[in-house]
Amino acid sequence: MKIVVCISNVPDTTTRIKFLEGNASIDTSGIQWVINPWDELSLTRALELRDDPASGVKTVTVAHAGPASSEPTIRKALAIGADDAIRVNCEPADAFFTASQLAAAISKEGFDIIICGIESSDFNGSAVGGMISEFLGIPSVSSVSGLSIENGAPVFTREIDGGRESLKVPVPCVAIVQKGIAKEPRIASMRGIMAARTKPVRVYETVDTDCLTEIAGFEKPAPGAACKYIDPDDPARLIELLQNEARVI
Amino acid sequence: MSVLVFTENWDGKFKKLSYELVSYASAIAGMMNRKLTAFTIGRTGEEELKELGRYGADRILSLVNPALEVMDNRAWAKVIADLAEKEGSKVVVFSNNMTGKALAPRVSVRLKAGIASGVSRLPVSTEPFTVYKRAYSGNAFAGVVIKSEVKILSLAQNSYEIIEKPTGAIPETVEVEVDPSLAVTTITETHKQTGKILLTDAEIVVSGGRGMKSADNWAPLVELASLLNGATACSRPVSDEGWRPHEEHTGQTGKIIAPNLYIAVGISGATQHLAGVSSSKYIVAINNDKNAPIFEAAQYGIVGDAMKVLPKLVDAVKTLKK
Ligand SMILES: Cc1cc2nc3c(=O)[nH]c(=O)nc-3n(C[C@H](O)[C@H](O)[C@H](O)COP(=O)(O)OP(=O)(O)OC[C@H]3O[C@@H](n4cnc5c(N)ncnc54)[C@H](O)[C@@H]3O)c2cc1C
Repeated sequence: MKIVVCISNVPDTTTRIKFLEGNASIDTSGIQWVINPWDELSLTRALELRDDPASGVKTVTVAHAGPASSEPTIRKALAIGADDAIRVNCEPADAFFTASQLAAAISKEGFDIIICGIESSDFNGSAVGGMISEFLGIPSVSSVSGLSIENGAPVFTREIDGGRESLKVPVPCVAIVQKGIAKEPRIASMRGIMAARTKPVRVYETVDTDCLTEIAGFEKPAPGAACKYIDPDDPARLIELLQNEARVI
Repeated sequence: MSVLVFTENWDGKFKKLSYELVSYASAIAGMMNRKLTAFTIGRTGEEELKELGRYGADRILSLVNPALEVMDNRAWAKVIADLAEKEGSKVVVFSNNMTGKALAPRVSVRLKAGIASGVSRLPVSTEPFTVYKRAYSGNAFAGVVIKSEVKILSLAQNSYEIIEKPTGAIPETVEVEVDPSLAVTTITETHKQTGKILLTDAEIVVSGGRGMKSADNWAPLVELASLLNGATACSRPVSDEGWRPHEEHTGQTGKIIAPNLYIAVGISGATQHLAGVSSSKYIVAINNDKNAPIFEAAQYGIVGDAMKVLPKLVDAVKTLKK
């Protein structure tokens, strides 16, 4: 069985996002780029399965749509333990474009389980995974918080309102994952970093697709009102303000 | 040529978010001079369906087929895309909840429709179709121009007012065709708690962080939440430690919520935490460190020891209720 994990290259989650003049684009100076947190957890789970001989998972590939400048993020995934990588050489302009590029490369190589994170922490689109599955015409499972392999077939845990359920779909399929898929992201060992240098990265050129959306610009959220402090010995005052001023209780 | 809105039902019932969705979609239909069709998939009673007409649905459809009993993303997306094509819909609206995230992207590919997910406001214009959505985990809004003929929007929960606009529409049940080879999801086990206010639905949330010190200190926090008819939540280290269940973890990698009131107790206010709660209408911070970043995000703050403040708050709410 072969797994591919789609990884997105995003600003480190502590970054204070700033925009360039006119708010047309983000100021990338000084930004540290990292593997999107959910993709890092997906990769961790995929590697745990590969490292368990009973699972039947033979290889874990990472796939990324992006320019050559995102290679360090791909190498990081290889250092963590992925066997090889796919990069589609492009600027990932919108979700539809990105998903169609990834779907084309993935279908050329053939995989049993395709894993995507529920969203990327930059655009918060929650779209690429679902779109890949539709481009490929295969089943998808979303809100996945657990993945195991039983008798050679994947079993998913899906979060539902107020609980969770176990379910199966046939392979090939797409799993769109969220919290719970793995506990802590695996980190690269020194040996992993050395090995990553020579692991194969297969580069694909883009297929013809449209972008269906464009960014017109960004806005910062309006700054909230300054904090009103309440005497710790008089919490009744807080309740009064919440009731009569904010009117939320 | 209608605007189409997918209103999911939960065991046959709608909830507040369903009416937010219909109100939002109705406003868009108004902007575009179109009729609004609301639809659900699976069994719902006539009376419940009629409710959608109170908020502006001109047509109300209940799509049924035994093969749709279990939510299979591929099969459901096909049914929705077929309906949009039949209706000639130019805009399809989903909730940005788990179900919306499962279906909207698939429908987008089927209809070749650009998507803006996590919108919280009406489009600023319909020609070109420009709408702002949450981006950078709450640190910005991105203005998205959707260039395709059909547009898909998914609405963030608790971000749009419910507006009454009764139409008196009579619900119709539609037997839809489902290609059985598409519906391949089999559920083997279900665990579900009933009767508890879901964190994502709660209008008031009381949340604890590492400043709560241990799993044993949660009683006054839980009591406060229950007195306020709210839900409980926590920061990531708290669920990692196992002090509270994982479903309660809010933030960038946990649940993203937007209650009317978020009370953060012993939470420092790291950017990753705020990413999940910054859309709350009001944030109250209780923290013994006056320099904790949470106070920058809060509108009301108490600098003090949580263990001393919480019991007093509980008493104050009890007095209020008397
Ligand atoms: C990729 C990534 C994703 C992440 N995702 C999330 C996420 O989704 N959600 C999340 O929450 N975190 C997330 N984090 C972790 C985040 O960075 C913080 O570490 C975390 O939010 C801190 O939790 P806390 O506020 O409970 O604890 P701390 O930062 O330890 O803060 C505890 C607070 O309690 C106060 N305190 C202590 N004692 C008392 C007392 N007696 N009374 C009152 N106050 C007291 C302290 O002053 C302090 O401000 C993520 C981190 C990374 C790297």
